[in-house]
Amino acid sequence: MTAPAVIAWFADIGLHDRARVGGKGGSLGELQRAAIEVPPGFVVTTAAFEQFMRALEERAPLRSRVEALRGVDLGAATKVCAELRAQVEAAPLPPEVLEQISRAHAQLCDANATLPLAVRSSATTEDATDASFAGLQDTFLWITDLANVLECIRSCWASLYSVESVTYRCSRQIPEAGVAMAVVVQRMVDARAAGVMFTRSPLTGDRSVVTIEGAWGLGSAVVGGEVTPDRWVLGKITGDISVRDISDKHVRHVPNAGAGTKTEPVPEDQRRQPCLSDDQLQQLRSIGRKVEGHYGRPQDIEWAIDRITGAMLLLQSRPETVWSAREAAPVAKVAQDPRMHVMSIFGGKP
Amino acid sequence: MKTSNASKGFPLPSSLKVVPGTENAQAAYPYTMQFGKGDDTRFWFYNSMHFPEPMSAFDMVTAEAAYCALGAANTRVHCLPTTLGIDYRVINGRVYIGGNAVTDPAEIARRTEEFQKRAFYYYANWERLYAQWREKMMALIHDAQALPTIALPEFEPLEHVHAGRGIASNHGLLDTYQRTLEGYFRMWHHHFEFLLLGYGAYLTFFGFCKKAFPEITDQTIARMVAGMEAEIFRPDDELRRLARRAVELGVEDKFQAQVSVDDILKSLQSQGEAGRAWLAELEVSRHPWFNINVGDGFYHYHRAWNDDLSMPFACLPEYIRRLKAGETLERPVKRLQAERQELIEGYRDLLSTEEDRTAYDQMITLAHRVFPYVEGHKFYCEHWYTNLFFNKIREFGALLKANGFFSAAEDVFHLTHYELELAIVDLMTAWSSGSAPRGPEHWPKIVKERRAAIAEWAKNVTPPALGPVPDVIDDPAIVMLWGITRENLDAWLSADSTQSSNEVRGFAASSGVVEGPARVVKSVEEISRLKAGDILVCQITNPTWAPIFQTIVGAVSDIGGSMSHAAIVAREYGMPAVVGTGNATSRIKDGQRIRVDGGRGIVTILS
Repeated sequence: MTAPAVIAWFADIGLHDRARVGGKGGSLGELQRAAIEVPPGFVVTTAAFEQFMRALEERAPLRSRVEALRGVDLGAATKVCAELRAQVEAAPLPPEVLEQISRAHAQLCDANATLPLAVRSSATTEDATDASFAGLQDTFLWITDLANVLECIRSCWASLYSVESVTYRCSRQIPEAGVAMAVVVQRMVDARAAGVMFTRSPLTGDRSVVTIEGAWGLGSAVVGGEVTPDRWVLGKITGDISVRDISDKHVRHVPNAGAGTKTEPVPEDQRRQPCLSDDQLQQLRSIGRKVEGHYGRPQDIEWAIDRITGAMLLLQSRPETVWSAREAAPVAKVAQDPRMHVMSIFGGKP
Repeated sequence: MKTSNASKGFPLPSSLKVVPGTENAQAAYPYTMQFGKGDDTRFWFYNSMHFPEPMSAFDMVTAEAAYCALGAANTRVHCLPTTLGIDYRVINGRVYIGGNAVTDPAEIARRTEEFQKRAFYYYANWERLYAQWREKMMALIHDAQALPTIALPEFEPLEHVHAGRGIASNHGLLDTYQRTLEGYFRMWHHHFEFLLLGYGAYLTFFGFCKKAFPEITDQTIARMVAGMEAEIFRPDDELRRLARRAVELGVEDKFQAQVSVDDILKSLQSQGEAGRAWLAELEVSRHPWFNINVGDGFYHYHRAWNDDLSMPFACLPEYIRRLKAGETLERPVKRLQAERQELIEGYRDLLSTEEDRTAYDQMITLAHRVFPYVEGHKFYCEHWYTNLFFNKIREFGALLKANGFFSAAEDVFHLTHYELELAIVDLMTAWSSGSAPRGPEHWPKIVKERRAAIAEWAKNVTPPALGPVPDVIDDPAIVMLWGITRENLDAWLSADSTQSSNEVRGFAASSGVVEGPARVVKSVEEISRLKAGDILVCQITNPTWAPIFQTIVGAVSDIGGSMSHAAIVAREYGMPAVVGTGNATSRIKDGQRIRVDGGRGIVTILS
């Protein structure tokens, strides 16, 4: 029996691989298969995590210490978690894992060793339809060398042992043995503008509209709530734009000189300019319809526009969870005699 | 918001004063139309949708005939369960109307049983009954066309005498007048035979869509239901055809904007075969398609294209220019139909259960079934027949003028139809006695007074509604025909507080955003002020203005819903339009720069 692969490229995976590539990785693979453009990349699979954890636990038990935290007060848990995180962040990578990640990194960077990358955690439980873990793990942007990538991968793994994640699992009695983390490594999009798109209305649940929010620079400013984004509502079928709220976008996230990102003020003349043109809105709508059609249900999407090429890329798509969880009431009963429907107008209040 | 507005309320009818100096003109309207005792306890609203300008005494016949027929259909013929007919009152030339809701549950139940025996029969036999309707309507039109020309000879024609007719020509005047009036009242019964049932079926589908898709725009629902080949599009289609024929025949250079219609016709006449061939084409188009008036058919001065060719001819140079620039001018009916089908299927696919999809199919099928009537009746009723009617009255005007009653034939429209019968009898009597008629001493000063009153009333801003605000408006007739909802009333009541804002809100009628100078057109006679690039701001947009839609870049109206023909035409032209703003013509000043966002229903005053 050959050892499970440590690396999986987007082109080779889909949603059904979620157990080894995590929700985010599976979704990016699935999007690429559906011919939706995503920034190229690979997943450091749960097999890598498992190898790493095996090596780590040979030296000191970790998972049993997490399970022992069930019912323990928050102060004590916080202390233990800090210790566990530090252990994970400090531990060396097993040689085989290190070699495979290095090789994949070189391939992704295509001879440009300082190409900026994003390293994003992709938990196997994250993005599941029933329990959105969004935001509980970490994402690292604009990482420009292998050493940093490796460090970020360990940080992603370590984020599983953040006090938030651990208490969440403890409260739901999730067994630690099944908890694993994959990590997405993909090319960074130097976004001129970025944001989110829901393929239904977050306000009314209406499936006939697409809601788009966006701001200047990287999408992290929108997702992190640091800027009030522009907001549009488009008819999903018609493309008619029924809402255009252009906000004062005072800051944006941009790459830092060297590595990482920084927050900077938006030039005065751009602040109140819409960050998307009508053509781009229509392009997003059509991508949204395609993704929704592919998954067969409304989606919650992150998008970005490449500063240089102007390409529209998706960074993430996951099933919308809030409205989907509600039981949709029937709109009208089928009438034995179709004419009876007019009584809703002529018959007065029932 | 509702409670605070409810306490605010509208002025009571009794507090509304007749404009000083116009008391006599106000008294001309029959007692049935005057506000009186008991009216303060009811809610009334100004019907600016149909009567946006002060009504002359004669034109009030339209309110009289129309409400008589509307009420009959609702109250007695189809027995709508929750509403009877419409009451109306007139003050300062403005028509206020009020609904008559049925609220007793036992009475609603009794009427429901009747309604289902009657209206449901119509729904089940719609196509046959509508085909029969068109025959009835055409017969009525032929009857009106066959009415004798109005004339009074000095001596009874010899052939009448030799034929032993025994009835003299003066009696013919009364006979023709009464038949003219009778035909008009009859026409309005035909008008309402299907109308409420048609709107009801449409609104049923509308309500379903709003529930299933809370953020769907009204205009999207309208696009799913609207037909592509309704009669109302034909006049404009004919104009495009005539433009094309002019180019094909090589006479297009005769159509110049600054040349009068008479000169164009004369030069075509002398153009030889090609010119005469085009004139023959014009005749083909005119009958019947130029029987369309430049308004909504409710005012005598909304003349038909046939009576004033300047309106259609004004549009020909632009159509010809576009043809020569390589445009086809054809309405893309096939594409529009395909788009409609895509919409219907797209929304259907979004429904989550098979049951909802079946109910959707049932409702849209019914809406499509009734819609040809909803779209088509106006051409026959408000346009063709109404033109014949007002023109016949005009003939009486000419005869009375010839006999010294008036200084102009059009003065006849300052008499109520009751007074006109009196004037005709006066002339008949004078003709028989050989004495002079009394009218020439009586009418000129009255006409002068009433003409002045109309001018005064036009300057007077009238409240949008009167009386106590009802908690809810669920009278289907009011909601369907006038689009009046509790939300509208709240907006009207709070209009004062939003006065400082530079935003005017209405229904999103046709999407797109455009900026330009506002041309506030308060009456149809001002249409000629519209220039290329202008945004039309008017009380009610009208489908017969369709050709001017090629000049303007956007449209805003005080009154109208997303299903108004103006909205449909705007969508066809892909032009932003906001309708039903309530007060755009008073808040926007002529020449101001405005932005129209037709997708959101917002007009912004920029300067």
